[in-house]
Amino acid sequence: MTLGRYVWTRLLVTAPVLFGVTALTFSFVHLLPGDAVDAIIGFQDVSPAVEASIRAEYHLDQPVWKQYLLWLGDAATLEFGESPITGRDVAATIGRRLPATLTLGGAAWLLALAVGIPAGIVAAVRAGEPADELGRIAALAGIATPNFWLGLILLFVFSVRLGWFRVIPPDAPLASLAMAKFMLLPTITLGTASAALITRLLRSSMRQELEAAYVRTARAKGLSERTVILKHVLRNALLPVVTVAGLQLAFLVDGAVVVEQIFSWPGMGRLLVRSILRRDYTVIQAAVLVIGVAIVIANLLVDIVYAILDPRIRY
Amino acid sequence: MSDRHPTTQRGRIRIVGFDDAVADQQAGDRENDDDDDTIATGPIDSSTTPGETTTETESEPDRPRRRLEDAWRRFRRNRTAMAGLGVIVVMAVLAVFARPIEVSTAEVTITLQPFSLAPYDPSAMFVGPANAPPSRAHPFGTDWAGRDQLSRVLVGGRYTLGIGLVAVALALCVGVPLGAIAGYFGGWIDEAIMRLVDVLYAFPFLVLAIAIVPILEPIPVLGGGFWTVVLALAVTGWIGYARLLRGEVLSVREREYVTAARALGVPDRTVIRRHVVPNAVAPVVVQATLNVGTVVLTAAALGFLGLGLEPGSAEWGAMLSQGRSSLVQGRWHITVFPGLAIFLFVLAINLVGDGINDALDPHRDVSDERRRLR
Amino acid sequence: MALLEVDDLVVQFYTENGVVRAVDGISYEIRAGETLGLVGESGAGKSVASLALLRLIDSPGEVVGGEIRFRGRDILELSADEMRGLRGDEIAMVFQDAGAALNPVYTVGEQISEAIRTHEAVTDETARDRAIALLERVGISDPAARYSDYPHEFSGGMQQRAVIAMGLSCDPALLVCDEPTTDLDVTVQAGILELLADLARESETAIQLVTHDLGVVAEICDRVLVQYAGEIVERAPVEELYYDPKHPYTVGLLASIPRLGDGRGRLTTIPGTTPDLVDPPTGCRFHPRCPYAEDVCARRRPPLVETESGSPDDGDPDTHAAACLEYTGDLEDGLDYEVQVRDESDESTESNEPDERRLGGNDGAERTRERDPTGDPR
Repeated sequence: MTLGRYVWTRLLVTAPVLFGVTALTFSFVHLLPGDAVDAIIGFQDVSPAVEASIRAEYHLDQPVWKQYLLWLGDAATLEFGESPITGRDVAATIGRRLPATLTLGGAAWLLALAVGIPAGIVAAVRAGEPADELGRIAALAGIATPNFWLGLILLFVFSVRLGWFRVIPPDAPLASLAMAKFMLLPTITLGTASAALITRLLRSSMRQELEAAYVRTARAKGLSERTVILKHVLRNALLPVVTVAGLQLAFLVDGAVVVEQIFSWPGMGRLLVRSILRRDYTVIQAAVLVIGVAIVIANLLVDIVYAILDPRIRY
Repeated sequence: MSDRHPTTQRGRIRIVGFDDAVADQQAGDRENDDDDDTIATGPIDSSTTPGETTTETESEPDRPRRRLEDAWRRFRRNRTAMAGLGVIVVMAVLAVFARPIEVSTAEVTITLQPFSLAPYDPSAMFVGPANAPPSRAHPFGTDWAGRDQLSRVLVGGRYTLGIGLVAVALALCVGVPLGAIAGYFGGWIDEAIMRLVDVLYAFPFLVLAIAIVPILEPIPVLGGGFWTVVLALAVTGWIGYARLLRGEVLSVREREYVTAARALGVPDRTVIRRHVVPNAVAPVVVQATLNVGTVVLTAAALGFLGLGLEPGSAEWGAMLSQGRSSLVQGRWHITVFPGLAIFLFVLAINLVGDGINDALDPHRDVSDERRRLR
Repeated sequence: MALLEVDDLVVQFYTENGVVRAVDGISYEIRAGETLGLVGESGAGKSVASLALLRLIDSPGEVVGGEIRFRGRDILELSADEMRGLRGDEIAMVFQDAGAALNPVYTVGEQISEAIRTHEAVTDETARDRAIALLERVGISDPAARYSDYPHEFSGGMQQRAVIAMGLSCDPALLVCDEPTTDLDVTVQAGILELLADLARESETAIQLVTHDLGVVAEICDRVLVQYAGEIVERAPVEELYYDPKHPYTVGLLASIPRLGDGRGRLTTIPGTTPDLVDPPTGCRFHPRCPYAEDVCARRRPPLVETESGSPDDGDPDTHAAACLEYTGDLEDGLDYEVQVRDESDESTESNEPDERRLGGNDGAERTRERDPTGDPR
């Protein structure tokens, strides 16, 4: 099978998953206790007129499957309506918040790879030596540390005590230097656990690959150790890391929810928490949909990258 | 190369007399067994060696037990894993003995556990000055309501450990059977379950839990936050085990002992229970152990965000949510101790999980040795 | 001076059960262009001996004694860089599991070219052309297309041919083959052996062939070493080994080969199993399994001696040597076996009425072999 056919096959498999994601998200409002209308308006008391308008807007009198399709159509055109709680346009709200989370998440992801991969290689090559033991402990500590705790401590030490960073984000555009500087601490907080995970994974993956027969063959051909490690072993050892890197995306969203709280970062995570506390379920529904779809697409891309790297999988 | 003339006939060269000599020697040995030991320094009988005999005559129920014993012995030798286990045991003991445990009905109150390691009632307010840093009277300090932090941390362990263990156990109860069924039967059952898993996988753990909490909250039987959180975490947690176990079952299913069992007419559910699952379950055990840590972190995150348990409960994550405002005011002690407790527990769990992984994985050792000694 | 001289090589492994001497003082030589077979059961240490030639023994194993002289230089004394220069270029290795020996994420052609580029200053183009030529030489059809295929797209036999191509890519003086045909079908096996024989003849490449299969040895080897429990127990030119085996272990191996039309009910085997190398038997390591063993065998370790004269072996590759107390005159009862050879004159008859000759033992009786020339190995 060529790469093209593989991509096509993956797309076909992804379609039902997307359907499931949208269906599940759609049903969220209906799973909430009480009548759907009540849930949407957050159990406030409203006039019958308002109630009727909400019924119409959310097509609540239609059969369920029709509701779903109508909702899906609206969602595809990014029409999420207005939040009955805040009165603001849901799509616009999410649109404002999304770039912030993407930036933070992306930076953390890159940091995790930039730190985790070299660390994993070093740990694998120097297995058993003090560098490896140290790395192993550091990685375990990185995984075990609750990211909100780490964030709080970093915030306390560097922002409160030492005063090197601000405590809340500056009033500057996302792409500015001031914002980038502020982003350093939250990025470290968010990326540490991922970096630790990648280090551990790559180390064990490389240790395993180093036992493989083709490594002995490569050495028997007279290749330098550096070539053996970086050309032959790494390429194979990275494969599980690629898979995990995809899973890490979901993990990072989770982390962002918490980290944004700590650093008052204006992203999707903070929106989600605030909406839950405000019982703003329309926003939650839209946000969860966006997150779900984004992750499915991202995982699809990861699958494709994996197929590029590993010729065996295309069959 | 030599220039022989190979003949088309087979078996040109034959050795005669060797097997007779072997037979003679064996007969002679059997006679001389009592009085002559010189030659019998090694195994004579061609079917077994002393080392192998015990393994061959072992009955099947013994083998899994011996494997567990081997695994336990290997685990014991791993110092970091034992250290982790020790930490967990200590924390569990502290959690249990922190405050008295009482079970009461209308008439009778049974005290299951009378000890109280915590110096103060964790919810008692103003037992000391508010926001006091650590001191002799309050080794972990007090919070904004004057509650003793040490007591709260000790009691908080109950929530944390409880949520971690129960949520993972529930998730296993759902995930393992589903994964086994999906892997074993294949076909549309497999497809259906795996699609469901894929869909749930698209949502991050925490986000899903956040979405589930308001759905579960009003259900009265769940009483307060504990079971809500547990269920939310169990519902999100089972998918990992299902997928992992399915993968393992897919490979175990092809093994010959499974085919043999089925050929003997053993019913499917017995095959799954006795042959497939025990051999597939090792990675899941490791994953479950490590997941206790993840679950604890997620539960703490939920607490930190203010979801889940009642406000003011001594759950470590919830305690940390107070931390932010205090930190900015320069008070570090409210943040450090609960966070440290979470960190220690998760670190210990990870060490134990790693230890289990090393202990249950004999494959690596055996194939290495065999390869090298050839 | 021979191309390769191994002198009292000792390789140890440190296991949790103790120290294992996988190779315990073996000595042999290979001359330019000859094919030497190294035979023995699993666990005899043959693969370890071969890996040692390329200094590919990794912990927990190490070479603890002896010398390996290649073209006169002791390769155990070479620096890591010098050793790397030798590997693949002058001494190359072909491994048993060809599928596993190839890196699954790179094309087969690339892996061959890589070997060429490592040792010779050529352009990528040149390396590629040479690799394609090699693929063709080893019998892979449509080599230009196959160059860009991945290992999993090759069949088992083709993978083995590709690995041989990789080994020959820099025209080595010595090719070490570790059980190259063990995992293959018999017909595929025959093709591989023929290939090896042709290649060796064409380019005067010496081959050290490690195997447990006596049939393979008979096909292409000039001389044979029989290894047991880390020691060499017999050394002979190939014809002599088959027609005139001297060591009881060799005799047992030959006797174990099943024959069609054999009237006996049971197959012959050598009783027992290979010894535990952590605690090997005293004296002769084979004595617990040897049907001819006597008391002295447990006490004295038999030296490798020339079977004709009984004098200590001096390493002369053309002589026949065996490590059995029989040939130092210490056994009382001698070795009771015969080698029966059916000559072509008997082909017409149905039954086996071979000429019986008494061989082995102290007689050293002369054998005449009318039909088969007792030629030199080469």
